Order: sequence, then C-alpha cells, then structure tokens
Amino acid sequence: MKSAVITFPGSNREGDVIRALRQSTGHEPSSIWHQDTELPKGTDLVVLPGGFSYGDYLRCGAIASRAPVMDAVRAHAAKGGLVLGICNGFQILVESGLLPGVLMRNAGLKFICKMQHLKVGRADTAFTSAYNEGQIIKVAIAHGEGNYVADADTIARLEGENRVAFRYCTAEGDTKAGNPNGSLNDIAGIYSEHLNVLGMMPHPENLIETLVGGTDGRGLFESLSTLRGAA
Amino acid sequence: MKNTIAMTPELVAQHGLKPDEYQRILKLIGREPTLTELGIFSAMWNEHCSYKSSRLHLRGLPTKAPWVIQGPGENAGVIDIGDGLACVFKMESHNHPSYIEPYQGATTGVGGILRDVFTMGARPIATLNALRFGSPDHPKTRHLVSGVVAGIGGYGNSFGVPTVGGQMGFHTRYDGNILVNAMAVGIAKSDEIFYAKATGVGNPIVYLGSKTGRDGIHGATMASAAFDDAADEKRPTVQVGDPFAEKLLLEACLELMQTGSVIAIQDMGAAGLTSSAVEMGAKGDLGIELDLDKIPCREEGMTAYEMMLSESQERMLMVLDPAKEKQAEAIFVKWGLDFAIVGKTTDTLRFVVKHKGEVVADLPIKELGDEAPLYDRPYVETPKRPVLDAKKIPSPVSNREALLKLIGSPDLASKRWVWEQYDHLILGNTVQQPGGDSAVVRVGEGPRGLALTSDVTPRYCEADPFEGGKQAVAEAYRNIIAVGGTPKAITDNLNFGNPERPEYMGQLVYCIRGLGEACEELDFPVVSGNVSLYNETNGRGILPTPTIGGVGVIDDVTKSMTLAFKAEDEIIVLLGETTGWLGSSSWLAEIAGREDGAPPPVDLLMEKLIGELVLGLIKDGLVTAVHDLSDGGLAVGVAEMAMSGGIGATIAALPFGLPSHAELFGEDQARYVVTVKDKAALDELSRRVGAIVATGEALVLMTVIGKTGGDALTLPGEMPISLSELHNAHENWLPSYMAGEL
Amino acid sequence: MKARVTVTLKNGVLDPQGKAIEGALKSFGLEGVDSVRQGKVFDIELSLTDKAEAEALLKAAAEKLLANTVVENYRIEILG
Repeated sequence: MKSAVITFPGSNREGDVIRALRQSTGHEPSSIWHQDTELPKGTDLVVLPGGFSYGDYLRCGAIASRAPVMDAVRAHAAKGGLVLGICNGFQILVESGLLPGVLMRNAGLKFICKMQHLKVGRADTAFTSAYNEGQIIKVAIAHGEGNYVADADTIARLEGENRVAFRYCTAEGDTKAGNPNGSLNDIAGIYSEHLNVLGMMPHPENLIETLVGGTDGRGLFESLSTLRGAA
Repeated sequence: MKNTIAMTPELVAQHGLKPDEYQRILKLIGREPTLTELGIFSAMWNEHCSYKSSRLHLRGLPTKAPWVIQGPGENAGVIDIGDGLACVFKMESHNHPSYIEPYQGATTGVGGILRDVFTMGARPIATLNALRFGSPDHPKTRHLVSGVVAGIGGYGNSFGVPTVGGQMGFHTRYDGNILVNAMAVGIAKSDEIFYAKATGVGNPIVYLGSKTGRDGIHGATMASAAFDDAADEKRPTVQVGDPFAEKLLLEACLELMQTGSVIAIQDMGAAGLTSSAVEMGAKGDLGIELDLDKIPCREEGMTAYEMMLSESQERMLMVLDPAKEKQAEAIFVKWGLDFAIVGKTTDTLRFVVKHKGEVVADLPIKELGDEAPLYDRPYVETPKRPVLDAKKIPSPVSNREALLKLIGSPDLASKRWVWEQYDHLILGNTVQQPGGDSAVVRVGEGPRGLALTSDVTPRYCEADPFEGGKQAVAEAYRNIIAVGGTPKAITDNLNFGNPERPEYMGQLVYCIRGLGEACEELDFPVVSGNVSLYNETNGRGILPTPTIGGVGVIDDVTKSMTLAFKAEDEIIVLLGETTGWLGSSSWLAEIAGREDGAPPPVDLLMEKLIGELVLGLIKDGLVTAVHDLSDGGLAVGVAEMAMSGGIGATIAALPFGLPSHAELFGEDQARYVVTVKDKAALDELSRRVGAIVATGEALVLMTVIGKTGGDALTLPGEMPISLSELHNAHENWLPSYMAGEL
Repeated sequence: MKARVTVTLKNGVLDPQGKAIEGALKSFGLEGVDSVRQGKVFDIELSLTDKAEAEALLKAAAEKLLANTVVENYRIEILG
C-alpha cells in the first residue's frame, strides 16, 4: 500500500503519521509539498496530517484547501483513491468540499489535549477493517476547533448512510458524556459518500505504542496496510 | 526626530541610563552620542542585556562538566547526551510584558525561547513553563492566568512543540508582578551546533523572517514626538507573536543549516537587531556594517533608531557563505520568508550603521559589550529565622482534614486545567505527561530519553536565600532521579526584586551562592540562564524566585519510572531522614496561617547518596514506584502516588517520635518514597542502604511506612479518605476557581 | 480604492464565541444587550479604479476564500 503525506506550511503532525504508516506498512510514505501538482504514481492513500496550516489564520484549513496539490487530491478521491484527513487534515477536507459540514470552535472555547475514547462505527471500510463495529478505542485529541457542525439534511444523510466513522464516548461507551467539544451527534469522524475519504479530529497516530499511552490507534493503520494494489 | 538631536539629562534618563553610565559613554567614544547611538547603548547596557547587577555574582556558578559542549554565553546551553546527539536548552522570562498583556506577553516569551534553541541548529522537542501569579483573591489573577495559559498554548500548539511540564504557584507577593518563565529543549547532532560568532571579513549579513515594525520600542516620547500628524501610527506597539511565521522560520533555518551555507546565526530577541548584530561581530572579533535602507519594514517611515531597537518577533540574523547565496535564497522563497542582505562583516571592529546615505552610528563593537557597566551593588544578608519546634505548633485540624485542604490548595492542586490546554502529545514521544515528578520525552526513536523538570520553592528562598537556592537545584535533581534520569545540567531563570535595594540584592547574591554550591556538589552545572530584576511594585518586590530548569538523560526510556502506585499489597518505604520540619512549609502556611521559620536545610551529600541509591534501584528494577518528597511532605507525596495509580494505601503509625502532623507534613529534604513488590526486593534495598551506612559517609535511613491496597488512603489514627474524595479535592480547585465559582 | 468585506455567521449557526461575549457584556452590567454574534472584517486596498470591476473582484474573493459560504454570509462595501 503506497501512501503519500502532504505537508502544508504550518503542518506539524506529519512526522507522527509518517511514523505510524511506516510501522504498520513497513514502507516509507512519500512526502508531498503543498505546491506539488501531482501525486506519486501508484499512490493508494493520501494523508493530510494534523497541524496549524497557515497558522489557522482566516479559518482552520481554509487557505490550505486552496493549495495547488488539492486538485490532485480531489482527482484521486474522485477515482476512488483513499484520502485520510486527521485533525487539521479533516478541516482541510471540509473546506475543500471533499467532505460535508464544518469544524467550528470547541464548545468550551479552549484548546483541549487529552486521551479520548471513541466508538468505532462500521468496520467494513479500508480504514476500520482491523476494528470491530462498536469497539471502544482510546486515542488522543488535541484541537481548538473540533466541533463538527452541519445542517440537518447533511446530518440525516450521514447517519442514514452509515457514514459516521467514529463517535466520541467515555471509556464505558457513553457517547453524550464523552463528547469533549460539542460536536453534533458526538461525531468525531466521517466518511465521504463512497467511503474512500475519511476525516477525523482525533489522533490515532499518537496511540501506536504502549510507551506513549497505548496502541488502539494502530488498528486504523493496520486496516490500511492490509490493502493490496492501487485504488 | 533628527539623529543629531541634542543630548539632555532628561533624554538620557528616559533611556534608562544613569548619569554615571552616560559619562562612561562619553569617555568611551570621546564625544556625545547620536540619538541612534544613545538608543543602542540604552539597549546594550540595560539590565536584561548586560546583566550589570548580576554578572559579578554569576561568575561563581559552575558551568563545566565532561558532557557540557557549550555553557552560558551563547543563545542556549548545549550538553552531550550520547550517540552523537546534543541537547540544547534554556529558560527565559517574559515577566513584565505578560503582566501588561498576558496572552501576547506569554506568547512572545515562548516564541523567543524557541528561537534561542533552534538558532543553534536544534529542533525543539519540548517546552516547559514556570508560572507565578498573585493571590487568587487579587482581582487581576484570573484574567492573568487565563491569558498566560492561552498564550502559551496558542504559540506552542501552533508552532508544533509539546508543552510537557512546568510549575504554577500563587502568592500575594506576585500580585503586581507575575512571572512567566519559558523553557525550550531541542535536539541537534553534537557536531552540527551553530553559534553566533561571525567569521570572515566581507561576508554578507542576512536578515530572515518577519518584517520589522515598531513593536516593543521603549521611550514612547521619542517615537511619538517625532511626527505630529501620524502620531497614532507611530506609537510603539505591543509585541504580537506569530507562531506560524516562527514555524516557517524554523523549517527554513534547519534546511539552511543542512546546506552548509550558515557561518553564524543569531535570533533577534531583546534589543532586536542591535544586540544580535553587535554580538555576532564582537564574538568573532569583527566589525559589522549595517545598511538600514535594506531592512524589510512593515511600517512606513521608520527611523534608524526605531529599526535598531524594534523587538518585532520571528526574525533571525545570519552570516552566510557568499558562494551559497542562491541555494539559501531558494529555501527562503520556498518557505515564503522575507530576507535581505542588510550588511557585511568588516575588519574595523566598529559597529557602523548607515541610513539614507548617512552614518547614524559608529561605535566600538567589542566595548559595547565589554565596557557595559559592571556593578557590585551593596547587599545585606537576609537575617536567619529561628528553627521552629513542631511541638510548639499544634495542629488546629485533624491530619485527615489537613491533607484534603493541602492537596486542594492553590499551589498543590491539580493543574490539569492548565496542561490540557497545551498539546503535550505532538511528536508522539511524550512518555510521561504533566503531573509526574519530571516530564519524560523519548529522543527520536529512542532508546534514549530526557527527563525535564522546573523547580523552585520561593518561600524557602525568602526565608533563607542560600538554603533556598540549594533547595531549588536539589529538588530538580531529585525530580530527575525519581523518573530514572541521570541529572546532567540546569538552566537558571533568576527572578528577583530591585537590585538597588540591598535586601533584594542580598537575596540575589545568596541564592546564586546556594545554587552554585548545589550545582558543584551534585555535578549538575549551569549551561544557560536568564536574569529578570526589578520585579517590584510600589517598593515591594516578589519572593526571590530562582527557577531551575533541569535536564537529565535516561538511557532506556522504556525503563523510566513513574510515581503511581502500581499494584496492591506492595510495601511502601520512606528513604531519608524525617525531623518533622515545619518551618516555611506548605502546612504552616495553609493550615496554621503562618509564613515563618527557617526553611528545611539541604544536605547535599545526602541528596547525592540517596539520589544515586534510588537511581540504582530503578535501573535494577527493584522498585515499582518512586516519588520525591517536597511541598506537603510525606502525606501529600503518598496521596499523589495513590491518586495517580488509582490504588489506596495504609500508612502505619510513624516511628519518629514527633507530633504526627510534623511527621506527615514536615518538609525535610533528601527524601523519596518508593514501593517494592516483595520481601526479597525490600531485603535488597536494606542491603544497599546498609552498604552506604557502612562506608561511614552518611547515615541514610530507610523506614517501612505502610502498604498499598484498597480504594482509600488511611493515615495513622485517621478515618480512611476514599480515592474519589482525594481526587475531587485535588482536581476541583483550579477549574472551579477559573470558572469564578470560588 | 479602499473596500471592506464583512463576514458573519449565518443565522442559526451556533456561535459559542458570540455567546461568551454576550455573557461577559451582561456581567459588566450593560443592560439592554440581547445578543452578540461575532464576525470578521477585512479591509482591502485595491489597485483597481473601476467600481464594478472592484465589486466583482471582491465577490470572487469572498466566495473563494474570505467566507465559508456553508456557514457564513458576507457583505461588500466600497469605502472610496
């Protein structure tokens, strides 16, 4: 499985996700610069990492979503290629129209960094095949604008089409009580219509080793690493 | 305003220069200075840049060890951590600006210290911060806490470095002068460290980073008196940090350094272009010529004076290899940064500044630093306080009640509200989060790690500056040992009152002496530091606060230790001597409402022997939890271990023959609490203690004090305190206080 | 030519920052404040001199970048 990680000015978790991909796939992901206009040949997965691209100025992910490389990402997604946006990456995906909705300021108005439990949605996608449906996993969150908002129709579609990838919850699985930022329906991550684009606010790439807090984040990368061939 | 404006006593005073300092200038240059030159002297000779009140005393600090690559004098200190890697670190204060504008003051403090580290070629991998606020009852405190914490997070999170530790305390003596001390730690290859010293005559001096504005220029009268109709825009502005610009600067600088084109590099911090240019030249025994017409400015009509004194953030100055100019330019363009060739090195040893075709300053470059005033200010030693007899200080409440009150008190309460606003997980190397004895971060893919801590007990320093200075270093030492680290070096951020008052100067002098003695005995040298003086309001100074940032190396970070109880039925052992020391203790302040008595003395030999013992126990896998004791003594230490591990404990009646509150809350130094799994481990521990005692060096004591287990903490003779009751007392104070509920 | 683009949240979109500001104003005893919504103002200097051309440019700027039209509205003013 060939992956490519895009770095925008201000991205800062590209190293974290490159490490996670390297450990799970055994291959070194390619590094792409925001001004590149093409993805490497044979790329299966494009990753938009966490960070503060363009300082989060104007709106989180707004300027990055207009970067030259995003046309190539859109084309890749249109062909069914896999796209993973984590945190700022999720914000860039919604700003670029690859996913619906908006990420707004956390309801508590403060940046939050802590361990966070999630309930895994469907386990039949390229991203979650190594998990079980409904599994409760412990990953991390670190964001100030993770409050997922969308209009009622969009929410109905997402729920109706089973496109909510992860929901915030407590260790015991209580989603409402476990919601750290006010996201509608406790949504922590969503899929595109054809399930090939995933955007999520939490950081699975930081929970891949017991030494630094746990290994529940590995499942996402292991799911991806079991893919064969190009999209 | 004309560069050749007449010098008047008022003008000189407005620049913070005393009459005799001005005479020094006249003598040095043989004429009156131009306005720009006056500005340059006022910047170079102010306390912050010249250390004129402290330099004499700082000279006595130990700064060397086989693992020290660079001691004080550069942008940051550098130590060898093995495997061809070096750790670059420093702590700096941004106190006064944070009081005025807490968010931006804190933000620019973090930005400044990060630059000091990466200017040496090290990628920052962690930051810590030590914060002191006024009394919680003071009307400004909440606003300051909120702003400072948001500012630190706002910068660090965006820049992309984890904020992994620190300290936060409250005391009425900081009501009018808060302290914001920021520490940054970076990693570089030990043979790829970059210094500020310029070399080569005729080499281009390159400016990189954000444009120059009027940020932080002092002497408002100067700038605003100059141009009438645009006076509003000319007024000096609060420095605003731009973490995004700094991130770009970081990546560009590190890439640049890989190309071999950087001969010398210095970040522009306090006194901006002035101090960075002068230091680069002076260190390399070269002259510098600057052409201000080339400085990228973001405001119109900036004067030479303004450009030289601007403290606009996120700017670097470097000397580049002219052969590699194109390569360098490509990197600047890639990262979208402003750059300009703004001058060159010369062989004249003069600092020459030109603007609009005129020479506006021409000064001897080495003397600007070398001839800065050096003061031996009068000082008086703090009178010794009496040692308090615990038997004469009865406890007004039960020990159970005292413990709950202490762990919920402002200084000891959980600071989770603070550190959950900091990204402490980015880079995926945080092995131990905030809340433990030290932060522990893995270096790269390991196995090596660093133990990082920030410590000082200001009330001890107030009571006895010498013992307090020793204690700050000793506590940093213990905190590093407690997580399994070998203490290597410290950075010191000395925050004191007005040095022109002998009693405050005495605090500075004696704290430095105490620091020095501890550093010497513990092989724990000072490699960098910062001094912040004049922290006073209406003649009342802050508590003397020599913050110590300690760094230790952990050979195998998977074997680092935490303070949490790990399992039920483990044996709890207290190492070290307990004399029930209540003088200047947290218990005395919080429970008895007093702030008197001599502080606990520090026996450096004991610290060293017990420290080495504990480190050996950790390395050999003989202990399962380790916590050093400090504020709140034994009871608070054990409570912290229980809360962290979610396992209770029963403490047996203690055998010291002292009043129970003194045994439980006394703050004797050189003590650790450890847990061992079984009798075999306990026997080995005893054997090792016995071996030290047998050498006759010191009487190291060990006492079995109880067992882990259950879901409550039971102190001798008290009703159990459930873990949830402990947890609530510990976690609730700060969030409730900040929400205005208290 | 000087222009100003003002970007505000669409009605119905939750604005926690506006709510916090509203609460703070009320806590200062400022009677008569019913609600607050927070927006952004962009002051733009244009090298164009033709008003229609300027408006078209600003509309494009707003649509393409300055406003997230999913949740925000914008208003364009030519100041002179």
